[in-house]
Amino acid sequence: MPDPDALPPLSLTVPEPEVRPGGQPDFSHVAIPRAGTVRRPPVDADPEEIRDLAFTIIRVMNREGEAVGPWAEALDFTPEDLLEGLRHMMTLRIYDARMLNAQRQQKTSFYMQHLGEEAISCGFQRALAPGDMNFPTYRQAGLLIAAGYPLSAMMNQVFSNAEDPMRGRQLPVCYSSREHGFFTISGNLATQYIQAVGWAMASAISGDRKISAAWIGDGSTAESDFHAALVFASTYKAPVVLNVVNNQWAISTFQGIARGGSGTFAARGLGFGIPSLRVDGNDYLAVMAVAKWAAERARRNLGPTMIEYVTYRAGGHSTSDDPSAYRPAEESTAWPLGDPVLRLKNHLIRLGVWSDERHAQAEAEILAEITAAQKRAEAIGTLHHGQHPSPVDMFEDVYAEMPPHLLKQRHEAGF
Amino acid sequence: MARMTMIEAIRDALDVAMGADPTVVVFGEDVGYFGGVFRCTAGLQAKYGKTRCFDTPINESGIVGAGIGMAAYGLKPVVEIQFADYVYPAYDQIVSEAARLRYRSAGQFTCPMVVRMPTGGGIFGGQTHSQSPEALFTHVTGLKTVVPSNPRDAKGLLLSAIEDPDPVIFLEPKRLYNGPFDGHHDRPVTAWKTHELGEVPEGHYTVPLGRAVVRRQGQAATILTYGTMVHVALAAAAESGVDAEVIDLRTLLPLDMETVAASVSKTGRCLVLHEATLTSGYGAELAALVQAECFWHLEAPIRRVAGWDTPYPHTHEWSYFPGPARVAEALRQLVEVA
Repeated sequence: MPDPDALPPLSLTVPEPEVRPGGQPDFSHVAIPRAGTVRRPPVDADPEEIRDLAFTIIRVMNREGEAVGPWAEALDFTPEDLLEGLRHMMTLRIYDARMLNAQRQQKTSFYMQHLGEEAISCGFQRALAPGDMNFPTYRQAGLLIAAGYPLSAMMNQVFSNAEDPMRGRQLPVCYSSREHGFFTISGNLATQYIQAVGWAMASAISGDRKISAAWIGDGSTAESDFHAALVFASTYKAPVVLNVVNNQWAISTFQGIARGGSGTFAARGLGFGIPSLRVDGNDYLAVMAVAKWAAERARRNLGPTMIEYVTYRAGGHSTSDDPSAYRPAEESTAWPLGDPVLRLKNHLIRLGVWSDERHAQAEAEILAEITAAQKRAEAIGTLHHGQHPSPVDMFEDVYAEMPPHLLKQRHEAGF
Repeated sequence: MARMTMIEAIRDALDVAMGADPTVVVFGEDVGYFGGVFRCTAGLQAKYGKTRCFDTPINESGIVGAGIGMAAYGLKPVVEIQFADYVYPAYDQIVSEAARLRYRSAGQFTCPMVVRMPTGGGIFGGQTHSQSPEALFTHVTGLKTVVPSNPRDAKGLLLSAIEDPDPVIFLEPKRLYNGPFDGHHDRPVTAWKTHELGEVPEGHYTVPLGRAVVRRQGQAATILTYGTMVHVALAAAAESGVDAEVIDLRTLLPLDMETVAASVSKTGRCLVLHEATLTSGYGAELAALVQAECFWHLEAPIRRVAGWDTPYPHTHEWSYFPGPARVAEALRQLVEVA
């Protein structure tokens, strides 16, 4: 052993992003394979033999808007399905813009948008069946939109008005709909990840056919519950899809702080023997293709799959965040994987089932639809105006049956 | 009537629940094949199969988090945390998740789960196998917290907890696991086997949550207590010569304030007794409630006897553990106040 005193003193590594505000955006470190070049293994592939898929990026749409390669060939969606998918993404984007604006107008306290990440939740939902359950974070409203949850219900919650399905108890974006396979969102990060695994285990224990999907952001993968979920999912081969949305930023903290300098987020699954894939999160077709692959594995009782979606959070973390304080303003436009809405649009134009004119028309239609829904919601009430849930609701649902001490407090409060 | 230890009564409750309801699942560290380090689940895996009673990885947050997911699906998980001292990694899941699912989903998702854990000291478990964290749970709205003091109640309360539509924290005083405790520490652990077992009805019955019971009638003072300390209170009442009434709360939340208030209003003097550390303990809540409800009947300030505000010691555990002598002295002082 060398003399410890003869060695230089130790120093700590603190990872830093490539560029800070004022610098030139640089994504040269993101290695992007050409679309269609990554193989598609059978769903019952030995996890050991597909370890490489945790380090590459599965892509389907090329720069010309063509769907190419083995993952494209396995897709069995009609152009109508894809047009519907485009509509989901456009709806989410326009909804986001309207709600962001509503927050600036003080009609709601808070909002979190999905700009640049629309393909992930909208695309993934297409792989699920009725009865399956998502355990989402606050940036997967596309799961609800693609599952047909009414926009008016979402808006009523954003405005905390009298029709708020959560009765004024939850933050504006923390939606919940059992019927639409959307587990109630928690603000505590990563807790839902292990719950999704438990739900999937329960389905398997019950001999059911339903599967679950866990959702987490890159930053929260550092939470212990992420690792708890991987342990349980791997141990019991739970029918769950473990999704990691790597949008590069956890508020102001770049993804390298959660990940360190090694591997990828998908690679975290490898140590658990979980098949792990990395996919272009801005490629609606690639998201659908990989989601279908993983969902089929779960349904065939082949166990969990981990998917890392490589994407970029083009907007702020929330309406309380100013991303220009920690990253170059042009970074979102420099993101090399492009805009998910534009890419699917171009693909559909290439297929001959869509056009710029029809796109503009659809945008106007969706905007009109959302504006009308917003007017109806605002007529009921917004954060500071109109009708709100009764304060008596505050005391309900703490327990199935109100215990005496709470009843006493409710009376004291005047209800 | 069958005679059982508390361990046997708990196992019997799990057996009855699993036999009657296929949605009841039992899991935790060492719970499956081996039957738990205290053997509360022994034989259940063999009887009900390994998907209804199984071992888990050592990850308390994972155990509770997975249980929440299962409960949301529609199962009734009864999870075991090996020692209450190990529950802290699962605290976020219990507090932020289990306790609030019903509320934050406006009733769409619920969490009918039981989190069982051995609690308290008195078996030389040191500072990581002896804690009494009940106040950490009674402070959390959305949870119910139960502490039985004998085998009969343990079975009946556990069956109530399993059938309850909300999450229940079920704290099992490990000092009472192997036999009744007479309140004195000078009986060695090995002698528990010679103790008389508790009478436990066979088959299904419940002891309702939120209902206290008077263990000893008295006129001069009321001792409010639960779990192991019920036995200490009974010993202290006998030793002190004070005609004390002993109330076994059984459920800390919801609390049976009616029984508490009736007793204190009758005796005019109140002693709150628990094994957990004093400061901000559950006794503070009891004292505040009694003060508010029974002020005009009180003839002396409410007294609290509790564990000292130190981590739970190993060698000196019997100096830490409130024993009959300390409680008897406090009782005498309580009744001496003019």
